[in-house]
Amino acid sequence: MRKMKKNGVRIDDSFAEAFPMRGTAILITAPNRRWARQAATTMTGFATSVIGCGVEAGIDCERPGKETPDGRPGVRVLMFAMSSDTLQTQLVNRAGQCVLTSPGSACFASLDGTDRLPLGDSLRYFGDGWQVSKKFADRHFWRIPVMDGEFLCEATTGLTKKAVGGGNLLIMGATAKTAMHAAELAVAAMNGAEGVILPFPGGIVRSGSKVGSKYKAMMASTNDAYCPTLRGAVPSNLDEDVGCVLEIVIDGLTEEAVACAMRAGLAAIVKLGPEHGAVRVGAGNYGGKLGPFHFHLKDLLP
Amino acid sequence: VKPLILTLKREPGQRLDLAPLVPHLLDGKLQTEIAEIEVQTTREKVTAGDIFKIRSGGADSIRFEGGSSRFDNIGKDMKSGEIVVEGDCGKSPGRNMSGGNLVVNGDCGPFAGSAMSGGRLEIAGDAGGFLGAPLEGEMEGMTGGLLIVRGNAGERAGDRLRRGTIMIEGSAGDYPGSRVIAGTLIVLGECGSLPGYLMRRGTIVLANPPELGPAFVDCGIHELAFASVFSGLLRPESRAAARLLSRPLIRFVGDMAALGKGEIFFPA
Repeated sequence: MRKMKKNGVRIDDSFAEAFPMRGTAILITAPNRRWARQAATTMTGFATSVIGCGVEAGIDCERPGKETPDGRPGVRVLMFAMSSDTLQTQLVNRAGQCVLTSPGSACFASLDGTDRLPLGDSLRYFGDGWQVSKKFADRHFWRIPVMDGEFLCEATTGLTKKAVGGGNLLIMGATAKTAMHAAELAVAAMNGAEGVILPFPGGIVRSGSKVGSKYKAMMASTNDAYCPTLRGAVPSNLDEDVGCVLEIVIDGLTEEAVACAMRAGLAAIVKLGPEHGAVRVGAGNYGGKLGPFHFHLKDLLP
Repeated sequence: VKPLILTLKREPGQRLDLAPLVPHLLDGKLQTEIAEIEVQTTREKVTAGDIFKIRSGGADSIRFEGGSSRFDNIGKDMKSGEIVVEGDCGKSPGRNMSGGNLVVNGDCGPFAGSAMSGGRLEIAGDAGGFLGAPLEGEMEGMTGGLLIVRGNAGERAGDRLRRGTIMIEGSAGDYPGSRVIAGTLIVLGECGSLPGYLMRRGTIVLANPPELGPAFVDCGIHELAFASVFSGLLRPESRAAARLLSRPLIRFVGDMAALGKGEIFFPA
């Protein structure tokens, strides 16, 4: 594979292969920033991968009180799934168990569009007949009496069928410490991008997978070509100076948002350089035949 | 595009039914065709051309230069566009309207916004009784949209309100929000007796509540997210309404003589 070099960091002539997903966004507000974050964190827990969690979810950004419908601090949460049905189920389950329950919370639509997912329209039944419907212009809210007052929830939120999941960067460092350093800086840079989430723990995944396994029951298994401990034993993709690989996976509401985030992450990694960061950056793909979205690293370089 | 301007020539000799003069009915009509539209309510024929000097323009925006308390049904069944009346009008402006923006820069008679289902109706002056209310025999009054009265409103404002928002910046007569089915009624000035009489569901917000009827029960003082949201949504229309809704509010629930799921809010 031909390699480009930027600030001493080798860049694979490769691309991240991404897939169409269904995406939605909600805005959770609370009496203060801490509780808005708490509700959002709880709602997006155990949501790293659609394979095991049904949905990939994360915090997009925080919104100050000036920019939220009820004037209280808010957090925007994005959720992605492979089908509208799964997304709907996960949205209502998670909002019902994690946001409705969180003290002082309220929940608003955060995505426009004609395709809608019921939100308050489903949660309202918790009100046992005491729920109140409120409409203003084209907005519809449900007020559900709860023990600390009322849970206010928008009736529906938007659904996009143009979401993109599986944008990624493979960050290869000489040691675990330097790879982690580069990955952390990349995550910080990508968190600034709007309309994307990094669903894995702290944005980073260390157990990248390949399709298939020697075991029939397993649909995916460890990506041995990128495991440094197997470098001599398998057809490895790793060079001799790579001792640790970390991956960042990106889901976004649009193709452009994913590209933006990858660009920001790549810039941060390149700026750090190889000595304290990554010696090489790659991207995961399946040969380009499975996913329609290809994010070529050479196009995203700073 | 310049608006279509209808300038009043002289006070009409009879009540007029101006329902035909709405944007979707005048769209594509020539000035001469508009002048021939009949607007009389008696056996004596009166056409738009008899009453108004017509200056042609895009029918999407209609402007009445000069009004009269004999102008009935202005903006009736209006669906889109804009009508501005520089003056008073009679009964039922915006009756059954479903869209568009109707502004009366003057006073109007009873049944303003009667059974309207969408759009925005603003009365800069005072409104008569039965604001947004149904006519005799109809089951529901206003079912959507935004109805604003900058002055005072007469008795039974918001009668049989089903959906939408009514905001009265001045005072309201007796029985505001009578028989409300749902929806929102806000009164920023004084309020007549027995608000929310026989209301089923819905929200009434009063800046200066009178003594409430005995079938309303105290549910305490609250700061609700919904009130903050409505405060924000109403701020472009009325800063005073936005202020009222951002305060801690006492919630009374009733009318227990009806379904009992309505509420009256007023400042704590």
